[in-house]
Amino acid sequence: MSATYLAAASVEEAVNALKGGARCVAGGTDIVVGHRQGKKPLPASIVAIHGIDALRGIAAAGAGLRLGALATHEEIESHAVVRERFTGLADASAIVGSRATRANGTIGGNVMNASPAMDTGAPLICLGATAVFQGPGGTRSIAVEDLFAGPGQTVASADELLIAVDLPAPALGTGSAYVRLEYRRQMEIAIVGVGAAVTIEGGKVTAARVAITALAPTIHRVVAAEAALVGTDGGRDAAAAAAAAAAAGSAPISDVRGSADYRRAMAAVMARRAIETAVARALGGQVSIPASTSTFAAV
Amino acid sequence: MKHPITLNVNGTPYSVDVATAQSLLYAVRDQLGLTGSKEGCDDSECGACMMLVDGRPTNSCSYLAVQADGAEITTVEGLGEGDELSPLQQVFLEEGGVQCGFCTPGMLIAATALLQANPSPTAEEIRIGVSGNLCRCTGYDGIVRAVLRVSREGASV
Ligand SMILES: Cc1cc2nc3c(=O)[nH]c(=O)nc-3n(C[C@H](O)[C@H](O)[C@H](O)COP(=O)(O)OP(=O)(O)OC[C@H]3O[C@@H](n4cnc5c(N)ncnc54)[C@H](O)[C@@H]3O)c2cc1C
Ligand code: FES
Ligand code: FES
Repeated sequence: MSATYLAAASVEEAVNALKGGARCVAGGTDIVVGHRQGKKPLPASIVAIHGIDALRGIAAAGAGLRLGALATHEEIESHAVVRERFTGLADASAIVGSRATRANGTIGGNVMNASPAMDTGAPLICLGATAVFQGPGGTRSIAVEDLFAGPGQTVASADELLIAVDLPAPALGTGSAYVRLEYRRQMEIAIVGVGAAVTIEGGKVTAARVAITALAPTIHRVVAAEAALVGTDGGRDAAAAAAAAAAAGSAPISDVRGSADYRRAMAAVMARRAIETAVARALGGQVSIPASTSTFAAV
Repeated sequence: MKHPITLNVNGTPYSVDVATAQSLLYAVRDQLGLTGSKEGCDDSECGACMMLVDGRPTNSCSYLAVQADGAEITTVEGLGEGDELSPLQQVFLEEGGVQCGFCTPGMLIAATALLQANPSPTAEEIRIGVSGNLCRCTGYDGIVRAVLRVSREGASV
């Protein structure tokens, strides 16, 4: 296959190029940076999707919200509806990289790069988000919780373009949060991250989701942690039990950024902070965004 | 494979041919000869190469020149008027925001982007705003003071 470059003007044009073997670049903050770092050479054939207007923006979709694949972290963290109703996602986008990373990095690139340490995955899973793809044969939707297949891998096929991420309306009384362990506040990669979404009705937790980041080959839910919350008052003891379950559900690696033991120990701490923040928000409390910073300062 | 593109740098359109994997930084420095922007790390860690691309602060070392085709680009050369410094550049000098100067072009671009989004930032917001820009000389305090001062004086960036 010969090397090609195309700046696609439409979704159809981009899908055609993918079908021909090209790989897409959106903001380039993973794929181009990876090339500069010498981690992975740029694919020979590239389709740039940054100019496709149909992939831009954040808009109401029924009672929920549709994030275009090109929605940037900056647009997400500053969007009033995201901050109000999908707060855990705002927590995540607000701490990605530095301002330049957030101004250029897109939700589509973050999701499709499929790093086990990326920040928006856990809150998207907790909020029940769906990834919408366009391929040569039409469109299909995949729940984000079913999307990640391994480090850098998704179940989507190479000729499918992510066009949007859909967020369903959260039930009344839902609060969400994402917290990561970081050694510095910006330009950081999660050492451990936890997302939580909790629904409280009449003083009882009626639904809960907990997902862990940088603690396993893929970002995923921990059902035992969720079960430890449902039916409780969501208070300290319930949060601690759920946090212990989240830590038990992790399978961390040791690397330069932290040992497996350290990560497992911190998983319980981060899970408790994420759950307590989600509960506080479900009860109408204000915990400022990003929760990583506000819960750190509070401890 | 070479691609003919147009880069609108500091209001002037330039036509250049670039290879697919070529960075915007290389195009601007080596092809257009605008050497204000610096290369520190070449992989998006230090911010010395920062430019505004359609208003977005962008590490140009890790941004494909082809993707900037048709975009409005601002580099440090576009901040002042001829030999006259912009108010932000002037206070950087007065407050000790510059020592060796290597980070300064990117730092000024990051500060410009911050002030455009938030004309009266707190010291904390300034530190977050320039967190993608490394400075090995100043200890950052002079930089924060300079941005605070220019925002208090209400001078246009
Ligand atoms: C300094 C720095 C700091 C960072 N910090 C963080 C951080 O704190 N947290 C974090 O989560 N990430 C971080 N990142 C990673 C990166 O910025 C994000 O993952 C970003 O959201 C990627 O978006 P992009 O548009 O730049 O992706 P690109 O680099 O353009 O693409 C990434 C991958 O996704 C594919 N892709 C992109 N769009 C689509 C689409 N619509 N359909 C199908 N495939 C697609 C590309 O082919 C490529 O494989 C950081 C990166 C840098 C350079
Ligand atoms: S040279 Fe571009 S970020 Fe360092
Ligand atoms: S002044 Fe020397 S690196 Fe900042």
